[in-house]
Amino acid sequence: MEEDMALANMGLDLIGQARALYTHAAEIEDAGHDEDQLAYLRDERAYGNLLLVEQPNGDFAQTMVRQFLYAAFIDPYWRLLTGSADATLAAIAAKAEKESAYHLRHSAEWVIRLGDGTAESHRRARAAIARLFPYTNEMFDVPADEDVLAAEGLVPDPAALRAVWRDTVSDVLGRATLALPEGGWMQSGGRDGRHSEHLGPLLAELQFLQRSFPGATW
Amino acid sequence: MVDEAAPSGPAARRAAVWRVAGTVVDPEIPVLTIVDLGVLRDVAIRGETAEISITPTYSGCPAMNMIALEISLAVEKAGLGPVTVRTVLSPAWTTDFLTDDGRRKLKDYGIAPPAPAAGRRALFGVETVACPRCGSTDTGEIAPFGSTSCKSLWRCNACREPFDYFKCH
Repeated sequence: MEEDMALANMGLDLIGQARALYTHAAEIEDAGHDEDQLAYLRDERAYGNLLLVEQPNGDFAQTMVRQFLYAAFIDPYWRLLTGSADATLAAIAAKAEKESAYHLRHSAEWVIRLGDGTAESHRRARAAIARLFPYTNEMFDVPADEDVLAAEGLVPDPAALRAVWRDTVSDVLGRATLALPEGGWMQSGGRDGRHSEHLGPLLAELQFLQRSFPGATW
Repeated sequence: MVDEAAPSGPAARRAAVWRVAGTVVDPEIPVLTIVDLGVLRDVAIRGETAEISITPTYSGCPAMNMIALEISLAVEKAGLGPVTVRTVLSPAWTTDFLTDDGRRKLKDYGIAPPAPAAGRRALFGVETVACPRCGSTDTGEIAPFGSTSCKSLWRCNACREPFDYFKCH
């Protein structure tokens, strides 16, 4: 029950952050779009999200490990973004970094509890790490069109976060008696619109109403 | 004394709008007004329209739409319309915006007010939260995410009562 509340709370934060960013993006684009059109009417290839965050929930260990690997990256990323030359981005980040700090702490506590728990929870946490780790390298890549933004001080260079992310993950996995994977094959492509097979079904569910009943409102 | 029904001039109208808008309460925590919360940011009179600025407490706070609607209703009902409500993001709201009055009302309502933000960013920080009923600091967290985005659930080991804690943000 508590965990149901926690996941719903974190989901609400993430939706709120996405809404703020889409609203801002639509204003900058200035093409008559709004947040809903960006969310409901773009095709899969137009989505530039990380592959990590479109991976299925799986079991509870996979859900929590995914949340943790992402939070350990996005939490310091938001903090750097508070220094953005774009005042709206900086304000969105100032709000989001307070929320992500709670997400990071909560998911890290669960990773430790699962890894350092029973033989079964340890096995599942280890399997989740192995399953998700190949998607983590992509977080530090700079998409072709984003280096301009970093050069103008609008967004941070994610490569600068590699060390801090690794320190956090290494610390938590150590406490969880889980090994930090070394090297290995890494998958990327999400930032350029090349997704895993899991995004399609997510978008189908998200976009169903607007695709079937264009322009429907409450 | 300003006559709220017929304020004369922009300054008087602004003050009257502020006073009426400031009576709107948080739908989740009805003892707190949006002034106590620090959500009401500004009132500006632009021609015929009173433009009211509010700031969201949390990125996904579902109470914001409700608050904006209630502000419009309250101001128009007081004969001070027309009104527009806009959302401003900067500077970002933090629990430091809660007034002292607001903190006292929270405690009286049974919700522990936010402690100073020290240690919020520590990965495994330990917070000391006093029980809003008996004042004991012998308390423990039950769940870090409570019934709304802004609260976590705690238990007092002295009086044995569970209570909500308004989290630091």
